[in-house]
Amino acid sequence: MKIIVCVKQVPDAKDVRLDPKTNTLAREGVQSIMNPYDQHAVEEAVRLKELLGGEVTVLSMGPPQAEEVLRQAISCGADHAVLVSDRAFAGADTWATSYTLAKAVNVIGHFDLLLCGKQAIDGDTAQVGPGLAMRLQIPYVTCVQKVRQATDSGLILERMMDDGYDVLAVDFPALLTVVKDINEPRVPSLKGKMRAKKAEIRRLSAADIGADPSCIGLPGSPTQVVKVFPPEARCKRAVFTGSLDEQIVQLVDSLQSYL
Amino acid sequence: MDYFLSEEQEMIVETARQITDERIIPHRAELDEKDEFPRAILNEMAQADLFGIPIPEEFGGFGGGCLDIVLALEQLGRGCIGVGTAFAASSLGVYPILIAGSQEMREKYLPDVAAGRKFAGFGLTEANAGSDASGIRTTAVLDGDEWVLNGTKQWITNGGEAQIYTVVAITDRSKGARGASMLVVEEGDPGFSCGPKEKKMGIRASSTTELIFKDCRIPKDRLIGRKGTGFITVMKTLDSSRPGIAALGLGLAQGALDEAASYAKQRVQFGKPIMAFQAVQHMLADMAIQLEAARALVYGAAKHIDAHPNDMSKVSSMCKVFATDMAMKVATDAVQVMGGYGYMREYPVEKMMRDAKILQIYEGTNQIQRNVVGQELNKEYARA
Amino acid sequence: MLIIDTEVCIGCGICESSCPFGAITVVGSWAVVGDGCTLCGTCVEACDLGAISIEGAGKDAPLDLASWSGVWVYGEFRSGALAPVSLELLGIGRKLADTRKVPLTAVLIGSETGEAARQLIAHGANTVYRIDDPALAHFTDEAYGAILTSLIRQHKPEIVLAGATAIGRSFIPGVATTLGAGLTADCTQLAIRDEDGALLQTRPAFGGNIMATIVCPNSRPQMSTVRPKVMQALTFDGERQGEIVEVKPTPEQFATRVRVIESVVSEQDNVNIQEADILVAGGRGLDNAQGFTLMRELAASLGGAVAATRAAVDAGWISYPHQVGQTGKTVAPKLYIACGISGAVQHVAGMQSAETIVAINRDKDATIFDVADFGLVGDLFEIVPKLLRKIEERRKS
Repeated sequence: MKIIVCVKQVPDAKDVRLDPKTNTLAREGVQSIMNPYDQHAVEEAVRLKELLGGEVTVLSMGPPQAEEVLRQAISCGADHAVLVSDRAFAGADTWATSYTLAKAVNVIGHFDLLLCGKQAIDGDTAQVGPGLAMRLQIPYVTCVQKVRQATDSGLILERMMDDGYDVLAVDFPALLTVVKDINEPRVPSLKGKMRAKKAEIRRLSAADIGADPSCIGLPGSPTQVVKVFPPEARCKRAVFTGSLDEQIVQLVDSLQSYL
Repeated sequence: MDYFLSEEQEMIVETARQITDERIIPHRAELDEKDEFPRAILNEMAQADLFGIPIPEEFGGFGGGCLDIVLALEQLGRGCIGVGTAFAASSLGVYPILIAGSQEMREKYLPDVAAGRKFAGFGLTEANAGSDASGIRTTAVLDGDEWVLNGTKQWITNGGEAQIYTVVAITDRSKGARGASMLVVEEGDPGFSCGPKEKKMGIRASSTTELIFKDCRIPKDRLIGRKGTGFITVMKTLDSSRPGIAALGLGLAQGALDEAASYAKQRVQFGKPIMAFQAVQHMLADMAIQLEAARALVYGAAKHIDAHPNDMSKVSSMCKVFATDMAMKVATDAVQVMGGYGYMREYPVEKMMRDAKILQIYEGTNQIQRNVVGQELNKEYARA
Repeated sequence: MLIIDTEVCIGCGICESSCPFGAITVVGSWAVVGDGCTLCGTCVEACDLGAISIEGAGKDAPLDLASWSGVWVYGEFRSGALAPVSLELLGIGRKLADTRKVPLTAVLIGSETGEAARQLIAHGANTVYRIDDPALAHFTDEAYGAILTSLIRQHKPEIVLAGATAIGRSFIPGVATTLGAGLTADCTQLAIRDEDGALLQTRPAFGGNIMATIVCPNSRPQMSTVRPKVMQALTFDGERQGEIVEVKPTPEQFATRVRVIESVVSEQDNVNIQEADILVAGGRGLDNAQGFTLMRELAASLGGAVAATRAAVDAGWISYPHQVGQTGKTVAPKLYIACGISGAVQHVAGMQSAETIVAINRDKDATIFDVADFGLVGDLFEIVPKLLRKIEERRKS
């Protein structure tokens, strides 16, 4: 069985802040990590490989530094790694990203299953997975919380819904996006780390994947960021005055955005 | 302090640290409360290749040395030395096979242990033979193609949970120091059973039971090394494992210091965090100093052992004594710094104090360790 | 591509300090762009000398944008009911449609939808495209996606809004990709830009630590998903007139390669308070287990979860998974309402990172007020019911 997992290197989102005075990202101490949802995707892929045999290839679109997360994936059990990297990809939104990844997948070749994390913690859109599936013309299921059954021909899954979950069946080839509930990622083993250190990472450029320049990077992005700004400053301490009823009104006023 | 570890050593530290932070620390209180063997955690450690550290590559291990094991155990000890003991005891149990077993025997047992598929236990201690190991009474008599074992081992770590036990038995009482041999007993061997789990002050996650041999019959080839070399193998085994115990002490003390110091920064009394009071600061300073001194000694001893495997007795005992006495003191002081909160089971330090005591007792009491060092000094200075 | 005109650039470094991503630096005499550049254009604006420009921005020859007209809302129908978010989207949809002077349309996909189409009209839709078929009883990405895509191609709306629900976040990205349309997820604000009538979509990124405003200059439709409870629905008006248009999809549009075996609606037994955006927490001041009924009501009203202090859990009023504090869970919700909680250090340690903390306690000296953003001193059994009523009132208006 051939499994591909898409992974992304992201800044540790909880540490990222925009300085309200200068409108710049505070960079010190912000670590780059593997997108947490992707860790679960890698783990699931490795488990399926252990169950059904085969190999796992991890794929990432990113700057050269993204090799770190590809190596991390290898230390967790992935067999091959591919980095598709090119200046021309800069400014890509999810449409251009799914285009680029689809082209890279075509170069990698045949696969049975493609796994992605539900969303990246920097963009938080959850759009690349479905977009990638549409371009590859394969069925997809998002927010998979459990693989109930896996055979050489397909899967029975639980997909998380707002009010519970759906039980679905899908045949290969297919794409899944996974949520954290699906598994507990293993701690990378010593042998895995050794393998990761020595692993050769295949590099693909825009030309290698035969990308149409108008479909990648900023030119290929239907959405564009026009402004970046910090969220509303944390509510200041407020003292309410008046009768209890008046105070309650003031409280509800202050909590308007949560209602 | 920077100990200039190699990249591979950093990898070991990082792997063990991740297991400790993500798997051990969240569960240690529960394991202690329930006297529960940490099978799931040990499986994770196996998956991460930690069991393979002391085992040569040809048997599927990592081929690590003494310092590598020390580094791993230090991290695990910071989480829980109950879990650390379960792990260390498996290595202890398998050392005799590693150092004295035939190639066939090693090929038979080591790969499973390296992969964490099987755990081991070391069967030496008996009711009448603790510090005085020569007092053991368990016998092994050759009957045709089988050894027949009779006797009872006491307080064996991983008892009831391990699949492989390396046991010391008297094979010829008349031969005195050459009268004992080591043999491999497997779970399921006829006539072999384990007693119930002992209730202990600390390291409650670790399983401690009797090993009971009643006409226990095992194949002839279970003999480890040559007949009569039992006590020699035991001595070599314990020498090799002592730095590991010292490492558990380092880890425990580090964990205790971390808790006490963070607490001292948060706890406000008389209008200040108690860290501002010299009495408390001095206590923490002494804890930190002793811990670092112990660490330097243990790492130094481990490196020495890796370079001079035939000269390990003195340094091995020195680091065990120093680090474990230090751990007991640091854990006790940590409870003191945390005051009432330190005494409550809700906070981790009382467990660390309860756990620490065993470090001064098992794998050779600290009194025996001092004997060993004393005897080495005797030899050294005799030449002068 | 970010182009720096080295004839004009004087290496002053204003661009370097303006870049939100630290991707442009002055090296030697001029600015040089690095790998982290996202072409957001902040430096272009910041440079007084106009030394920086973005080349190749956007695709060539945009589509005939003017031919795309109308605001659409996806009406999500599941388990016999319309998702409230769809009605909320009609609220903002109405505003956008009115600004653009175009009609507001809802697309309803499901089975046995009953009165749902009428409801959509009563909440502001001028037209409802209704696709009601037993084959659509269960949501599948392919069928729902194919149907919506086909309708969009046919009728060419300029804006399409959908709820950022499990369903919306699943199939809408597929639709957007097929159409080559820009999609912005989890928008918190939507507005029309004066100069050109484009949709301004504002959303959080980096886990909410940054806000970004996005436009789709050259693609249509402009698509957005919006989380529940962000926008406000118009009040139900049964008198509102509108048109219901039945749509019969072609057989291919029903095709789905994912088979639904069953839908399981589950009671939230394993509550994960660490995932909730809003927590209503009760402490010793609740006096007994019944106090938590009030907590549950308030939590339900705000769409949040219930949490508790150790005292409440130890007293057996609520189970351990709800415990917040040093020996419970650490939470960082957007809103934490602490009722009858004194504010002991062990509890505060578990919730002090909440964005907004509200405290209700009858003791004015309770230390919880030291960490709260808003505090009410009084009897929580009097305050919370009043709070609930006020919230209901506020919602309706």
